[in-house]
Amino acid sequence: MALLSFLKPKNKLEEGGRTAAPVQEDAGEPEKKCPNCHKDIPLSRLWANDLVCPCGYHFRMKARQRIKMIADKGSFHELFSNLKADNPLNFPGYNSKIETVHAASGEQEAVVCGTAAIGRQKCCLFVMESYFMMGSMGSAVGEKITELFEYAVEHRLPVVGFTVSGGARMQEGLLSLMQMAKTSVAVKRHSDAGLLYIAVLTDPTTGGVTASFAMEADIILAEPGATVGFAGARVIEQTTKKALPDGFQTSEFVMEHGFIDSIIPRPNQRKYLTAILKMHNGRAVV
Amino acid sequence: MSTGAYDRVKLARDSKRPTGLDYIRNIFKGFIEFHGDRRYADDPAMVGGIARLDDCPVTVIAIEKGHTAKERNYRNFGMPQPEGYRKALRLMKQAEKFGRPIICFVDTSGAYCGVGAEKRGQGQAIAENLLEMSTLCVPIISILIGEGGSGGALGLAVADRVWMMQNAWYSVISPEGCASILWKDSGKADVAAESLKLTAEDARSLGVIERILSENDLGKKEFYDRIRELLKDEIKDLSGDIDLTQNRYDRFRKLGVSAVIKE
Repeated sequence: MALLSFLKPKNKLEEGGRTAAPVQEDAGEPEKKCPNCHKDIPLSRLWANDLVCPCGYHFRMKARQRIKMIADKGSFHELFSNLKADNPLNFPGYNSKIETVHAASGEQEAVVCGTAAIGRQKCCLFVMESYFMMGSMGSAVGEKITELFEYAVEHRLPVVGFTVSGGARMQEGLLSLMQMAKTSVAVKRHSDAGLLYIAVLTDPTTGGVTASFAMEADIILAEPGATVGFAGARVIEQTTKKALPDGFQTSEFVMEHGFIDSIIPRPNQRKYLTAILKMHNGRAVV
Repeated sequence: MSTGAYDRVKLARDSKRPTGLDYIRNIFKGFIEFHGDRRYADDPAMVGGIARLDDCPVTVIAIEKGHTAKERNYRNFGMPQPEGYRKALRLMKQAEKFGRPIICFVDTSGAYCGVGAEKRGQGQAIAENLLEMSTLCVPIISILIGEGGSGGALGLAVADRVWMMQNAWYSVISPEGCASILWKDSGKADVAAESLKLTAEDARSLGVIERILSENDLGKKEFYDRIRELLKDEIKDLSGDIDLTQNRYDRFRKLGVSAVIKE
């Protein structure tokens, strides 16, 4: 029992939600309003808790913050950081869009890839970036993820991937669509080499990423309350002209319908991933 | 030949165009249809079975739209449910077991988006097809005959050869969807259609397809005879390819590489 105790949500989070000390009126302390419990939470407190509100709500997190949270200190070595989007179709407005999001996010593209250790288990790690065009997948994202899976095959490493994506990047047209196929052929090759791939779906994971590498992992996890789906909710509503059920296209919804293995709150993810990676480390000879 | 991209999109949606079943019935002999995904249901938008290409047994799969209002309703306007993709994959795996080449006819505005489709894993169903098709060790040829709407089309198009009819379109999103998301105005669909580079010529110049099929005599005997001969030649070539799955890997691996800047 004690072994599995980390699988339960951390009690201090739940308690915090119910018995939280009143938010300090200190005007000097910046706060963020939680869209779930509607309380103003001091930023310092959110930072100390991996951007999880005491009520359990998971705020979106930048890719590099997440890497800091999930990887052993100093273990992350970035790969393929030199790859970035061109404008292959000369799509109107795309160049300036890229420049704006690059300046705002500090990232070259919507995914950060590299090698890392999680609980001293070496792996390839990719983390998508919601602050770069909502993690949309264009040719550079597809190329980086494909390169990472190929690197993982070459070095016989597991892959851990955190997805966040609004889907394929329409400004790259057909080439974006083809990234779904390209990443899939690379995932298959990694899988056929007997190697482990764990995906962690974070808010939101939708469209072409759901319909490719997000749903192709051996073990699929999700953060609580994340939007996970294929078609956009608004599109479904317009097409079917019916109200959507409560909790539609959430982690809990896809869990109930059998499409993911487990929902793991952020503060438990490191331990959980470590446990899984350890059990796949080396072939047991019994 | 100067037809605009959006005119092509409209042509591709014409209900009088040959549908998947028209191609199957006119190109092949002795088509026997098989049903069901063995998990939940049979999807009438996805048709599949076995047939003969002259003497060669093949597995054929088509997204079917229907012609009349009644047919189109029954076929869900060619928008497959997850069960359609799972039926297609089941038949493709069967084709692999018995060493039959696979020929797919693609014609969809997109995979169906609905509450039930999401409950039953539309994204997972398409993802599994992409994953599994990549290593099937029999030749796969996919022909886009009308609409090639996003992941719903790609779910049948991880193939060794992808061909397009001259007025078919293939895109990551419909021009209307693109215009309404980017410019909040679905009336700008014609601009979106041009920008998305979704015509057969565009797809070929991007390296996404190998061949554009002429629509001369569309729907007539000569038209189907021509496609039959092309299929026979191509399958003959592919059947002798000892590096079939490696070549399929390379085919998709290179897509978009030149669209990435290396600093």
